[in-house]
Amino acid sequence: MNKIPSALSLGMRRGGLEIRQFARQRESVVFTLLFPVILLVIFGSVFKDTIAPGVTFSQYFLAGMIASGLVNTGFQALAITIPLERDFGALKRLRGTPMPASSYFIGKAILIIVSMVLQIIMLLGVGILFFNVEMPTDPQKWLTFTWLVILGSACSTALGIAFSIVPKSGRGASAVVSPIVIILQFFSGVFFVFTQLPSWMQQFAAIFPLKWLTQGMRSVFLPDTFATQEVAKSWENNRTFAILIIWLIIGVFFSVRKFKWDRD
Amino acid sequence: MNAIEVTGLRKSYGQVHAVKGIDLSIASGEIFALLGPNGAGKTTTVEILEGFRTRDSGSVRVLGFDPRDEGQAAREWRNRIGIVLQSTSDSGDLSVIETIQHFSGYYSNPRDVEEVIHSVGLEEKSGSLIRKLSGGQRRRLDVALGIVGNPELLFLDEPTTGFDPEARKAFWALIEKLRGDGTTILLTTHYLDEAEALADRVAVINDGRIIEVSPPSTLGGRSTAMALVTWREGQEIKSETTNNPTEIVNKLSSHFSGEIPELTVTRPSLEDIYLSMIGQTHE
Repeated sequence: MNKIPSALSLGMRRGGLEIRQFARQRESVVFTLLFPVILLVIFGSVFKDTIAPGVTFSQYFLAGMIASGLVNTGFQALAITIPLERDFGALKRLRGTPMPASSYFIGKAILIIVSMVLQIIMLLGVGILFFNVEMPTDPQKWLTFTWLVILGSACSTALGIAFSIVPKSGRGASAVVSPIVIILQFFSGVFFVFTQLPSWMQQFAAIFPLKWLTQGMRSVFLPDTFATQEVAKSWENNRTFAILIIWLIIGVFFSVRKFKWDRD
Repeated sequence: MNAIEVTGLRKSYGQVHAVKGIDLSIASGEIFALLGPNGAGKTTTVEILEGFRTRDSGSVRVLGFDPRDEGQAAREWRNRIGIVLQSTSDSGDLSVIETIQHFSGYYSNPRDVEEVIHSVGLEEKSGSLIRKLSGGQRRRLDVALGIVGNPELLFLDEPTTGFDPEARKAFWALIEKLRGDGTTILLTTHYLDEAEALADRVAVINDGRIIEVSPPSTLGGRSTAMALVTWREGQEIKSETTNNPTEIVNKLSSHFSGEIPELTVTRPSLEDIYLSMIGQTHE
């Protein structure tokens, strides 16, 4: 008798399958992967102002778009597609096999990381080629960038899986999820300069990860002199790290404890 | 050891008592059919056995395991069972062979993928995307995914719904093959001819209780039921219910001196018996 495959190896296999399925759905590839790039092109072309000495709106917006890309490809995509899989009965069927829940989650995380990397490459490419955004040269900044992407993707994946229990049906999921994401984008300094927003909006946004991700991304792509223009007069990267960790724990807790495999 | 052992199983949803104390023993290698109208408690019972639902009370052992337990032991247990659910429709962006190949990777001793595809008759659709399959072909894929893990125990929930007659016959042959391999099968079905053709024993469940368990040939006293003889006499259709139909036919034969007009001799079909058991009659 052979042994049952390990949760990790099945998770890797699921990751491969998720990527294959994703790549075959042209609508989702366009919507999830290209949408932030299209937005960057539109906003970058319309708003050509300089918002501080040596800082263009395009730079500011690129940082915001990378951050909200993490939310789009992770949280939004999962919170919409998982209820659909549940409606189809695909989750229930998986539940009836020896594949453990952790393998399913690992598979989703792999899909999110891969699509996130593709999206970041496209966003940076567009930023460099069309909007003269300069890449940081300080290795410290790239280190910050790396942990932001990894922690942000993990957080976004966990919260997307956790939030998938909220929509009652697959068809209604995008009506529940999309407005939340769009409002958070407006409140978190993606489309507008954060410090120009009313203070109640700023305080509301500060509860959620997106505001901290955008601020963290600004610390990477904007000159350090701009830090004084932030709310706290600094980049607050330690605080960003702590808040993302807290949200990651919340997301993992609800994903593991409350995940629904069946409609009823 | 029995494959399935259930005693005093109960389950309520709020005020609705779906299962009101069910006892069930299914032997290893047996093909067992659960018959009953919609809402009788069939699905609830089966889903408790499959570990999809919790029970209120009673004891349940499936291959010696309590389906409500979790963790590594549950994985080992799921490795030994196969489940074909009532309605599943995948997103459909994978091909038949990709899907079966992937699912086979979940199990420690899977069946050969090509062989599984062959046994459900999907050879020609092997490379097609699931979304391009017909309803019956999708159902056959469901069955393929249920058996790919080489299960000791297979749950089949209305497996042939939407099959054309030819596909149903092919499916029955597949079940006979699984029987030959010693697989225990718990089948729920709406089709009485299916239960009759496949099952060693049938349980009729109604209103949350099991009314009777017996081989299909003796269900509801069917084998000893009286025969109905009908014939035409002038303008009139006459009938007689009897234990000795041959005797009556002989008498009639000499009465008509030869051919008896419009003669029929019938015993109740499984369907007649079943409908009378659940308190309904033919329309």
